Amino acid sequence: MAGNGNGKDPVLVVVQLTGGNDFMNTVIPYTNPVYYDNRPTVGIPQDQVLPFTDSLAFHPKMGPFKEMYDAGDIAIVQGIGYPNSSRSHFRGMDIWHTCEPDKVSTVGWLGRTIRELDPKGESPLTGVNFGVGLPRAMAMPGVPVTSVSNLDNYGLMSGIGAEIQRNEALDIFKEMYGPAVGTGPVMEYLAQTGQDVLTGADMIKVAPEQYESSIEYANNPIAKALRDVARVHTADLGTRIFYTAHGGYDVHANENPIQPQLIGDLSGAISDFFADIREHNASDNVLVMVFTEFGRRIYDNGSGTDHGSGGGAFFIGDQVSGGLYAEYPSIERAKWLNGEDMAHNIDFRGIYGTALEQWLGVEAAPVVGGHYEQINPLS
Amino acid sequence: MPETDLALISHLMRRAGFGATRAEQEALSSKDYDEIVEDLLHPDRFEDLNEDALKRYNLELTYNDSMPLWAGQWVWRMINTKRPLEEKMSLFWHHLFAAAWYKSEHTPTMLKQIQLFRRVGMTDMQTILVALAKDPAMNYWLDNCENHSDQPNENWGRELLELFSMGVGNYTEDDIKNAARAFTGWTFTQPIPLYPFGSYESDFEYVPEDHDDSEKTFLGYTGPLNGEDIIEIVVKQEATARFIARHLYNFFVADEPQVPSWSIEPPNDPEAIEVLVKAFQDNDGQIVPVLRALFTSEFFKNTRHQKVKNPAELVAGTIKLVGTYQFPDPAESITALSGAATVMGQSLMNPPTVEGWHTGHEWIDGGTLNERVNFAVNQFSDTTKPGIQDILSRLEGKLSPSELVERCLELVGPLEVGETTQAALIRHANNIGEIDLDSDDARKEHADQIGRILQLIVASREFQFA
Repeated sequence: MAGNGNGKDPVLVVVQLTGGNDFMNTVIPYTNPVYYDNRPTVGIPQDQVLPFTDSLAFHPKMGPFKEMYDAGDIAIVQGIGYPNSSRSHFRGMDIWHTCEPDKVSTVGWLGRTIRELDPKGESPLTGVNFGVGLPRAMAMPGVPVTSVSNLDNYGLMSGIGAEIQRNEALDIFKEMYGPAVGTGPVMEYLAQTGQDVLTGADMIKVAPEQYESSIEYANNPIAKALRDVARVHTADLGTRIFYTAHGGYDVHANENPIQPQLIGDLSGAISDFFADIREHNASDNVLVMVFTEFGRRIYDNGSGTDHGSGGGAFFIGDQVSGGLYAEYPSIERAKWLNGEDMAHNIDFRGIYGTALEQWLGVEAAPVVGGHYEQINPLS
Repeated sequence: MPETDLALISHLMRRAGFGATRAEQEALSSKDYDEIVEDLLHPDRFEDLNEDALKRYNLELTYNDSMPLWAGQWVWRMINTKRPLEEKMSLFWHHLFAAAWYKSEHTPTMLKQIQLFRRVGMTDMQTILVALAKDPAMNYWLDNCENHSDQPNENWGRELLELFSMGVGNYTEDDIKNAARAFTGWTFTQPIPLYPFGSYESDFEYVPEDHDDSEKTFLGYTGPLNGEDIIEIVVKQEATARFIARHLYNFFVADEPQVPSWSIEPPNDPEAIEVLVKAFQDNDGQIVPVLRALFTSEFFKNTRHQKVKNPAELVAGTIKLVGTYQFPDPAESITALSGAATVMGQSLMNPPTVEGWHTGHEWIDGGTLNERVNFAVNQFSDTTKPGIQDILSRLEGKLSPSELVERCLELVGPLEVGETTQAALIRHANNIGEIDLDSDDARKEHADQIGRILQLIVASREFQFA
């Protein structure tokens, strides 16, 4: 069954941790001496971690995450990846965005998903990204998607401070991008794109106007982005796919304190986000999926960790059956992939498939390019 | 020269360079069109930019590690160069020989590749392809360092034929295998490690003992072929002349369909391609004669505003208009220049794939159009910028709303706009009414109003085209 059965359309919020989050220092095998042997510098001492089983613990900065996990709202997907994992951030991220590990594609899996959800491209708000530039995951020719860098000041002419002048400029823009019959397909395409941008901006501007909440988010980028998701979601504008990226996870050097700060911010922001949408009675149709392009090397380099594989992902939401899914990659030396990495146990395309078929009600195979083992955190 | 010629000069400079200000256009107008083309074709007639001078204002550039910073430095060069075609050709080759930093994450070697395009980009195809085959960034990007006599790797051999010279359908799989074998042993020296020594580039290295010296047959030629021989054969192929001609047309004249469809879709202007092919073949693959044939042709002169600007062109061209980021002190962050192009879909030195960027209308989607329009509008928000002051100073006398719009369009381009855009701009100018710009004070008084017209012009659909 797709969605939640409460009559509301299911919504997927995708959070990308850019740079390769260190899964071993997020969900920590705190009783395994191999972990401490290989991480003399970045390892988190046993007496500081937040255990949730007799072998795994959250990073000490992830208190809010631990609370949500204890409440049964978080499914941890352990050891997610794909064969021959790329160690390039860009190539790795491309593969996650397009589901094409062997060739390069410029069409994204969420672009294909949005086309399924809104086949005629009727609303530019079916997919909304918060950030600068559109992620390739959401790109697909003919699929209008809205990308918002600043929700309080979004849209064309946003650099024009005075409201009257900005509205005047938008008015003229609308006319300049009006239908121009006989000017050729490219001019017409530009006109349509211009109108889509105007429509999207027009629709979305009610979100910050309507929004009220008692939740005070922290002042950091991921909290700000998830607050924006909450503001648009609670405005009920028909958005089915939200996307945002949280950067800085590429910790070759000075891993501590950089990575703890980031996952701490993430953990707090997700907790505040759910508190917020619950307050608006708008949480039961929301599923958050957190992913990163790869995990990091098992042993540290004396300051941080280098690119590795076998990372982790999370499903979070009211409808989630919390717990551990797939298997924690073995960190025994004999099992190291390429002599240094964690092996993956489940293909990311099966995890996308889980969200597509079991949540959004979209057939997975055409979107992710085949059939992959799914998990069942939504049943 | 009459005014119409300024429009032609402006067209030429948008395509062969990154645009020209009104003052630059006027300075050029004392020359014949063909003379201007000759100057463009001979960059060595003009001094190169002194990059060291820029380093004084960006100490970070003494340490070549940050890719966005160096990509910004490239855009700064596009804005300030006195050799616009040399810089434009380096961008052309970067589009065609698309290698990306993200695989090696080795900035100095990537910069060396772009510098190579500047140095050999206007020589001949043989020189260019041999230099490319020896370029460490390309070598690593296409795995030729993994191409060994006992274990060939075909990546470079295949892309050399498919993407860099002939295009699909003009050779067999055996030709690819044998081309790959010919390039065994072509590798590079390991660069000195970044930490703690700083950034050093890598160099080409030929390892004879790793080279497969046995007999190979390639496109009908048989012998113990080495890499240079393969390139020599490739350059003689008509397919290469056609493929490069079409790329040049697509980059400099008018948007063609996307490259992967070229083996199926005929060119938009087959006669133009024939002209370029002939110039290529008559001159043994020299690039300058082909460019001369292109820029002096009627098909070039008649295709104004028929190419969607790539983000680098849009950013550099807009900055040239407003007159900021000058040499040697840019006064603003040069990283912001590459950042602007990146959010418009062109991260310089980081093309998405070896096939390069999809161009033409594929530069535009909802997100990138928003970025393009807002970037240009924001650049025109401060009327005290030197380029905008220059435009203002050229507006004189009593101007009705439609005259004001027409003058502004001339000074921003000259930019030819359709009726829809023209009508919308005049409707806006009608709010201002007739103005009398009889003095600097009057110009100062109306500067904001004129600035807003300029902002609307650079927000237009037509401004998206080169």
